[in-house]
Amino acid sequence: MEALAAARPRSRRWTDVFERPGVLASVLISPAVVFVTALVGGPLALAVWLSFTNATTGLHGKWVGLENFRREWGNPAFQHAVWHTFLFTVISQAIVLVGAGLIAHALLKDFPGKWILRFLILLPWAAPIALSLMAWKWMFDTSYSILNWTLVHAHLYKPLDVPQYLAQPKLAMGSVIAVHTWRILPFAVVIFLAGLSSIPKEVHDAAAIDGATGFRKFWSVTLPLQLPIATVALLFGIVFTATDMAVVYILTQGGPPPSFSTEMVTTWAYKTGVESGSLGAGASISLVLLPVLALVSIGMLWFARRTEVS
Amino acid sequence: MAQAFREKGLSYLIVGPFAIVLAFPFYVMVITAFKNQTEFYDTSVTPYWFGKHSPTWANASYLFHHTEYPTWLANTAIVGACVVAITLLLAVPAGYALARLAGRVGQSLGVGIFLTYLIPPTLLFIPFFAVIRQAHLTDSMWSLVLVYPSFTVPFSTWLLMGFFKTIPQELEDAARVDGASRLKTLTRVVFPISIPGILTVVIFSFSLVVNEFVYAFTFISPSDQKMVSTGVYTDLIRGDLPEWGAIMVAALIPSIPLALLYNTFLDRFIAGFTGGAFR
Repeated sequence: MEALAAARPRSRRWTDVFERPGVLASVLISPAVVFVTALVGGPLALAVWLSFTNATTGLHGKWVGLENFRREWGNPAFQHAVWHTFLFTVISQAIVLVGAGLIAHALLKDFPGKWILRFLILLPWAAPIALSLMAWKWMFDTSYSILNWTLVHAHLYKPLDVPQYLAQPKLAMGSVIAVHTWRILPFAVVIFLAGLSSIPKEVHDAAAIDGATGFRKFWSVTLPLQLPIATVALLFGIVFTATDMAVVYILTQGGPPPSFSTEMVTTWAYKTGVESGSLGAGASISLVLLPVLALVSIGMLWFARRTEVS
Repeated sequence: MAQAFREKGLSYLIVGPFAIVLAFPFYVMVITAFKNQTEFYDTSVTPYWFGKHSPTWANASYLFHHTEYPTWLANTAIVGACVVAITLLLAVPAGYALARLAGRVGQSLGVGIFLTYLIPPTLLFIPFFAVIRQAHLTDSMWSLVLVYPSFTVPFSTWLLMGFFKTIPQELEDAARVDGASRLKTLTRVVFPISIPGILTVVIFSFSLVVNEFVYAFTFISPSDQKMVSTGVYTDLIRGDLPEWGAIMVAALIPSIPLALLYNTFLDRFIAGFTGGAFR
C-alpha cells in the first residue's frame, strides 16, 4: 500500500502532509484528546485539589491538608452514606444480572410480538429518568398510591394503615433499590444481547455434536461464555449505581429524616458541597468513589486485554 | 416442532411478566395524564382505568397554556442540537483514527478515552460547579452546552471506533488505488457508509442531554432557562400540590419518541458495542 502511494506521481500540495498516516491520525485524534483532557482531566484534578482546601463557594480556599478527609472519616453521616451506597449497589446489581440474563436469553429467539415486548422492556432505560421518576413518585404517593389502592382492595391492608413507601426508613431504601433496578435492568439486557449475539452459532452446534446437553452444556459451555458479558454488564452497573444521584435525590433526597436511611455518598457530597456550600469537603466525599472506579477500570482493562488475546 | 413451540412458550413466560412490571409506571403515566383531576383524587374510581369524566385533554392543555413547558422543550432541543454537533465534530474523526490509523498507541488511547466515560459525572460535578460559578455562567443553559460533551465525546468515540472497524479496509484501499487522497477517502467513502453509526451517536448524545438531571438542576434556576427534566420536577407544583396530570403529560411527550428511536436503533447500538467490546 505504501509503495503504491509512493509510486504515484503527484503534485505537491499542503494537503499532502495528510498522506502520512501518523500525521492524519494525530490531526484527527488530537481535538478529542485535548477536549477530554481539558473537560474531564481538568475537573478531576481540580476535585483533588479542592478536597485539600477549605474552599466554600468559589475556587479560593486555603490548603488544609487531610483535614476534610479526617473529619468525614469520623462522621457517622458519611459512614452511613458509604454503607447505604454499598447496599444499594450490591442488591440492585444482583437482581439486575439475573433478570437481564434471563430476559436476554429469551429475546434471542424469534417469536411473534417480540418487537413490542422488547419495546416495553427497554422503556425504563430509554425514557428520561427525571421524568419517569415522576410516575414513581405518584405511585408512591402517601394517599393516592395505585399500589396501596390495590393492597386495600385486595384486603391486605386497612385504608389508614397502608405502607408509606418513601417515609418509612427501611421501605424507603427498598423503594429506591427497586426503582434503580427497574431503570438499570434494560441497559443490562442491551449489554447481554450484544454479548450473546457475538457468540458464534458453531459453539452451540459443536456442543450438540459432542453430546453436551442440559445441565452439562449449561455448566461447561453456556456459563463460561456468559462470564465476560456478565462482567461488562456488572462493571457498567456498578459505575451507574454507585454514582447515581437522580433516583435517590428525586425520590427521597436522602431521607426520610431523621434516620436518612437512603443517604448515599453522592447525595451526601451534594448536600455538603453544593447545598451547604463547603466545596472542599464535598469534593473530598465524592473522591471516595474514585478507588471503586479505579477497581472497575482495572477490571475493564483486564477484560479488554483478555478478549484481544483470544 | 413441539420443542420449538415449547421454547416460544418459555420465552413468553419469561419476557411477559418482566415487560408488564417494567412498563407498568408508563401505563400509570398514560392513565393519569388523560384522567380528570377529581377522579384521580377519588378512591372510588379505579386507578387502573378512566372514570366517567375521562379521558380528557384538560391536563395537556393546562401544561401547554399555563406553564413554561414549551420553553423547556425548546431549551432542551437547542442544548441537545449543540451538544450533538460538538460531539460529532470531535468523536467522528477520533473514532476513525483510533479504528484505522493509530495502531498500538491507538489501542491504549482508545481504552483511555473509554475509561474517562466511566469517571462519574457526580465526581466532576463539584469542580464544574466551582468553575461555572467563577465564570459567571450559572443560570444560563449555555453552561450545559459546555459541560455535556464531556460525557458524550468519550463514549461516542468508543462506539464510532467499533463502527469504523466493521467497514472493510479493502473498500478504502480500492478508493486509494483509484487515486483518492486519504482525506477524500474519508469524506467520500468512509463517512457516507457510516451514517447508521453516526445516527446512533446522535441519538445517544441527544437522549443523554434530555436525561441529565443533576447538572441542569444545580446550574440553572430561572424558569425560562430550564430543561425539560428539571422544569417538570421543580416548577409543576401549585401550592403544595403537584399537578400530577400535567406532570404525566410532560413526562410522556419526550419519553415516547425517545423510546421508539432507541428501539429502532438498538440493533445498530448492539452492533457498535459488539464491534468495540466483544469483537
